[in-house]
Amino acid sequence: MKNTFAATLGTIVMILSTATLAGPREDLLAQYAAAAKTTGFSAARGQALHTQSFSGGKSDTPSCTTCHGKDTRGTGRALTGKTIEPVAVSVTPTRYTDPAKVEKWFKRNCTEVLGRECTPQEKGDWLTFVIGQ
Amino acid sequence: MRIPYRPLAIGFVTLAFSALVLARAQAGDRHFFAPVADPVVKEECGSCHLAFAPSMLPARSWQRMMGELKNHFGDDASLDAATAEKITRYLVANAGDAGGQRYSSKLLRGVAAGASPQRITELPKWVSEHRKVPDWEWRHKDVRTKANCVACHTAAEQGYYDD
Repeated sequence: MKNTFAATLGTIVMILSTATLAGPREDLLAQYAAAAKTTGFSAARGQALHTQSFSGGKSDTPSCTTCHGKDTRGTGRALTGKTIEPVAVSVTPTRYTDPAKVEKWFKRNCTEVLGRECTPQEKGDWLTFVIGQ
Repeated sequence: MRIPYRPLAIGFVTLAFSALVLARAQAGDRHFFAPVADPVVKEECGSCHLAFAPSMLPARSWQRMMGELKNHFGDDASLDAATAEKITRYLVANAGDAGGQRYSSKLLRGVAAGASPQRITELPKWVSEHRKVPDWEWRHKDVRTKANCVACHTAAEQGYYDD
C-alpha cells in the first residue's frame, strides 16, 4: 500500500517536472533552434542585440532599449507614453508563454528597430537572455 | 400585517438615486466614453496605446483605419485577417454614430457627414475642448503625445475624461 502511494507520487512528480521543462518558452526555443540549425543560444549575444543601436529601422527607435528601457527588470515606455511591463521573466513571469504573441512582437519590433525581421538565431538568443534575467 | 414604510422608503430613495447616477455615468455624461470591453480588442488595440473608446470616432473612420493597419500612423500594426475582421466588427458596432445616430457624443459634432477622420485629437470638438492646454504641457516628459490621454485624464482607461 505504502509502495503504491510512493510510486504514484513519484509518477506525479515526474509528470510535473517534465511539464515544467517543456513549457511554451522551451518549445519556442526548440523551434528557433531547429529553424536556425543550431544547438546553442547565447544570452550574451541576446543582450548585445538588446542594447545595440541599429540604423536600418525607424530613426526614433534605434534600439530595443529605446522603449523597453536599459534595465530589463524595470518597466519600459512606448513612444505613446504607455508603460511596458519588464522584459525579464523573473519580474513578468507570464511573458513569452503565448507563441503567437511572441512571434507577433518579434515581427513588429524587429522591423521597427532593425528594419528587417529577426533571424531564428537572434530570436533564440534574445529569448535566452530575457529568460535568464 | 404591518408594512415597514420607513425602511421601504429609504430603500426606494437609495435605489432611485443610484439609478440616476448610473444612468448619467452610462449615457448622459458627455465626458464618459465606454471603454473597450472585448478582450481581443483590448489586447490588440491597447498594447501600444490606450485602447481608445470606439464611440470617439464614426464607423467609417474605424473601417478605414482597420483597412490601413500596414501604415498605422507610421507603424506597421497589421494583424491576421480573422482578428482584424473581429476587431472591425466590434469598433463599427460601438462607433460614435452606431445605431443610426448622427453622433452618440458631442465629440463628433462638426465632423462632416462623409468624412472619416483618423486622429481623435483632430476632431473639431476635441481641439476646442483642449484649446486651453499650453504647449509646454503637451511637451512635458510625462505627456509627450496628445494620444496619451491617461497622462491628464487619470481615469481614461475606465472611460472617464473629466478635467
